[in-house]
Amino acid sequence: MDIQTFLNQDEQKDILRFLTAGSVDDGKSTLIGRLLYDSKLLYEDQLSSLHTDSKRKGSVSGEIDYALLLDGLKAEREQGITIDVAYRYFSTSNRKFIIADTPGHEQYTRNMVTGASTASLAIILIDARTGVITQTKRHSFIVSLLGIRHVIVAVNKMDLVEWDETVFNDIIRDYKDFITRLDIPDVQFIPLSALKGDNVVDKSTHMPWYSGRPILETLETIHITSDRNFIDLRFPVQIVNRPHLDFRGFSGQVASGIIRTGDEVMVLPSRKHSKVKELVTADGNLEYAFPPQSVTVTLEDEIDISRGDMLVHPHNIPRVERQFEAMLVWMSEEPLGSRTNFLIKQTSQLTRVRIDEIRYKMDVNTLHKMRDADGSISQASFNLNEIGRVVLTAKRPLYFDPYSKNRSTGSFIIIDPMSNNTVAVGMIIDRLNQEDLPSRLIANAQSGTITRSLITPEERVITLGQKAMTYWFTGLHGSGKQELAYALERRLFDDGKICVVLDGTKVRAGLSRELDYSKADRAEHLRRVAEMAKLLNEHGIIVIASFISPSNDLREQMKQIIGAEKFRLIHVDTPLETCIKQDRTGLYQKNADGLAHNIPGVDFNYDIPENPDLRLNPNGRKISEMVDLVLAI
Amino acid sequence: MRESYIISNLRELEAESIHIIREVAAEFENPVMLYSIGKDSSVMVRLAQKAFFPGKVPFPLMHIDSKWKFKEMITFRDRFCQENNLNLYVHSNLEAYEQGIGPFTHGSKVHTDLMKTQALLQGLEKYQFDAAFGGARRDEEKSRAKERIYSFRDKFHQWDPKNQRPELWNIFNARVNKGESIRVFPLSNWTELDVWQYIRLEKIPIVPLYFAKARPVVNLGGNLIMADDERMPKELADQAEMRVVRFRTLGCYPLTGAVESTAATIEEIVEEMMTTTQSERTTRVIDFDQEGSMEQKKREGYF
Repeated sequence: MDIQTFLNQDEQKDILRFLTAGSVDDGKSTLIGRLLYDSKLLYEDQLSSLHTDSKRKGSVSGEIDYALLLDGLKAEREQGITIDVAYRYFSTSNRKFIIADTPGHEQYTRNMVTGASTASLAIILIDARTGVITQTKRHSFIVSLLGIRHVIVAVNKMDLVEWDETVFNDIIRDYKDFITRLDIPDVQFIPLSALKGDNVVDKSTHMPWYSGRPILETLETIHITSDRNFIDLRFPVQIVNRPHLDFRGFSGQVASGIIRTGDEVMVLPSRKHSKVKELVTADGNLEYAFPPQSVTVTLEDEIDISRGDMLVHPHNIPRVERQFEAMLVWMSEEPLGSRTNFLIKQTSQLTRVRIDEIRYKMDVNTLHKMRDADGSISQASFNLNEIGRVVLTAKRPLYFDPYSKNRSTGSFIIIDPMSNNTVAVGMIIDRLNQEDLPSRLIANAQSGTITRSLITPEERVITLGQKAMTYWFTGLHGSGKQELAYALERRLFDDGKICVVLDGTKVRAGLSRELDYSKADRAEHLRRVAEMAKLLNEHGIIVIASFISPSNDLREQMKQIIGAEKFRLIHVDTPLETCIKQDRTGLYQKNADGLAHNIPGVDFNYDIPENPDLRLNPNGRKISEMVDLVLAI
Repeated sequence: MRESYIISNLRELEAESIHIIREVAAEFENPVMLYSIGKDSSVMVRLAQKAFFPGKVPFPLMHIDSKWKFKEMITFRDRFCQENNLNLYVHSNLEAYEQGIGPFTHGSKVHTDLMKTQALLQGLEKYQFDAAFGGARRDEEKSRAKERIYSFRDKFHQWDPKNQRPELWNIFNARVNKGESIRVFPLSNWTELDVWQYIRLEKIPIVPLYFAKARPVVNLGGNLIMADDERMPKELADQAEMRVVRFRTLGCYPLTGAVESTAATIEEIVEEMMTTTQSERTTRVIDFDQEGSMEQKKREGYF
C-alpha cells in the first residue's frame, strides 16, 4: 500500500464523538492522555510500515505521565482558567474521535450537559477501589437525559485491587441495579488500568479472566450510524438561496430522515404540498440526502417559504404546537427567580417563550424529586445546574418531536432577552398531559368539535336509539379484556345497537403500523385510538376499546380527548400469573427468553388505575355476568 | 443501487461547517470572513462557497495586512480572490506603518499588537461588522480547546474566558447588542490533519510556501527565518543560507519559522506530520513571547 491509497482509505473513516465523565481522581486525564498519545504511536506504526526500512521499534513505556499531556483540572484551577468543556481530537486508521472532556463534580453539571449534547457515547470512569458512587449515578443520569445510547463503564485502577475479578463483577452488578431506572440501551464494562496501559490499547495480561475488548478497540468498532434518525424527515430551512430569478433553493442541514428527489413534501407551517425537484450541492445534485448532510432543496412549485419553516413528508409530520413540556437544565449563575419571559431557539426558529410552570426539580444525586422544607415538591425558581420538568408556551407554534425520538428537533436553548445569554437548555418530553396543565393553557387549546354536519347530536340519539360512549378496557396482556370486549359487542349488537370494537391487533395492523412499543410510540398509538373513538362517538356510535394502556397519564389523556362524560374506564384486574397461564400468543415466554421487551407488568411499568368506573377480576365469573356489570355502569 | 447513509469524517465536518456558516449569514446583519491567506482560510473560503452554491458568498472577506507578510502570500491572495470572484477588503494599521513599526525594530510583541491586533480591531470598527469568521481550530493550542464556535466579544472586542455562553447541540446563540460581536470558528472541530486531507480531496489551491523548496533562511535563536525582502537587516540577511525548508503556518515573515523538510506534496506533508510530535504552533514565534501568550492575546482581541 502506498501513501495515496492510505490517505484515500483514511478519508473514508467516520467520526465518533464521546464524553468522558469522571474526576481527576478516577484517572480520567491519564486515560485521555494515553488514548491521545498511544493512538498517535499506532498511526506512526502504520505509516512507517509503508516503508519497510523504518519500522518503529519498541512499545510505549509505562513511565510517561500522560496526565501532563493535557492541561489537567488541577492546573486549570491554579491558573484561574475557567473549568469548562475541553474538546480533544485523535484518530486511528479506523475512526476519528472527538472527546468532550468535562469535569466531574456536581458544580460542573452544566459543563457535562454541554459535552453530552453532541456525544454518541460516554465513558463513565469508576475507581475500582470505590465502586459505584453518587457521582457515577449523577453522570449516568445526565448521560441518559441527554440521549446518549452507548455507555462504556471503565473500571479503572484495577492494578490497585490486585486485578481482582470479583471487584469488577461486584461493580457490574451494582451498576446494573442502578441503571434499570434509566434509558441507556447499550452498556459495556471494561476493567482497566489507564496508568499501566492495561486494556486501553492492548489487552491486559493481568486480567486473563476478561474476554472482552480493550477500550480503544471498543471505541473503534461500536456501531453508531443507526443512532441517527433516518425515519422522520425533518428539514429545517436555514436560508432561502435566491441568486437569480431562475433559482430558488432552500438551504439547510437534514435534521433527520431521508429526503429524495421526487419526494412529495409538505411545508410547515403553511401545510402546502410540493415535490422535491433537486437536491443541490456544490459537488453536484444528489439523489437523496440524509443527516447530517447540508444541502439545498428546490421544489417543483412556487411556494412561499422562509427561514424557520420545515420540510417534512406529508404522512409523517412532527408535533406543531405552542405548548409543550421539557426537561430543563439551568445554565446561568443568575437564578430564574420570578421571570417568565424568554427567547427560545429550536432548529432554525427563534421566538418568544413563557415558562408557565415548574412541575418538579430533580435531585441529580438521588434521582428523586426535590422537596421543600415542608415536604412539598419544590416548584420555585431554578438555580445554576438544577434540572427539572417545565411547561412552556411559545409565541409561535414550534415543529418538534420528543427528544427521545429526535435529538435535533427535540432540543432547544433558552436565551435571556435582556442579557442575551443562554440561560437554560431543554429537551422536549414525549407528550403533554393536558389534564395537569395550568387551566389557562387548556382554555387556549382548541377543544370541542369542529363540524359542518347538518345533523345534531340529539337527532343522532333519536334516530340510532342509543347514546354514544366509549368503554375503555385496560389490563395486562392475557387478562381476558379482549374476550370481554367482544362479548359486550355481541350483546349490544343483539340489542340492536351500533358499536365498534377497537383493539391493539386491529389498529396496529393499519393505522398505527409504523409505531413500536416504546413509551413515545405507545402514547402516539393510543392518541390515535382516542381520536378515532371521539370521531365515532360524535357520529353516535358506541366504541369498545381494548388496550393495555399501561400508564395513568395515558389513560387520563384518552379521557381528555374522548371527553369525561363519554369515557368509561374498566380495569380487567387479572393477576399476572393467570395472564401468563392464559397467554395464547406466547408473549410472556418470549420475554422470558429475552426475545421480547417492554411487556407491561413484567419489564415495563403498569399503573393500577386508581379510580376506574369498574374493576373486574374475571376469576370464577361468567362472562355474561361481567357484561351485565359493564352495562350497569 | 443500495443507498448508504454512512458519511465520512471529512464530509461530516464539511456539512457541520456549512451549517455554521449559513446560520451566521442568516442571523447577522453584517458578517465578514477574516482571510489570512493560510491553508485554514483557504478551506474556510471553500466551505463558504459551497454553503451558498449556486449563489455567491454573501459577505466580504477581510485581510488584515501587517505589511510584513511573505511576498508570495500577497501575490496568491490577489490572484485567488480575483479568480474566485470574492469581495476582498484589505485593512492595515497605516498610522503605525507610517511610524515605521516592524518586527525587526520593535520586536514581535509591539509589532503584533499594533499591526495585527489593533489593525484587526480598526478593520472591524471601520465596517461595523457584527460577526467575523476566523479559521482557528481547537486542536491548535491548549487554550483553544475550550473555545466556543460562536465566541462572544464585548464592545471592546474582548473575550472573557470565564464568561462564555453555553453551546449545545448545533444551536447557536446569535444575540448581540449594538457594538458587540461574535467571532465564529467554523473549523473548530477540524484538526490539522483534516485540513490537509480536505485540501487534498478538494484540490484547494494554497500558497506554495507550504511546500518544501530551497529558500534563503537565517537561524534566529532556533527559528529559521526566511530573508523575504530587503527590510531584513543586512547583518542578518548576510547570514542567510539556502536550505530546503517549508512553512507549517504563514504570517509575518520575520515571525514565522520554517521547518527543514523535503515534503513537496500534500501526501508528503501529511506523512511527515503524522510521524512528528511537534505541534504546528511551535513554529510561530509570537506564542513563546510570554507565559500563556495565546490566552492573553485572545483576551485582547487577537484570534
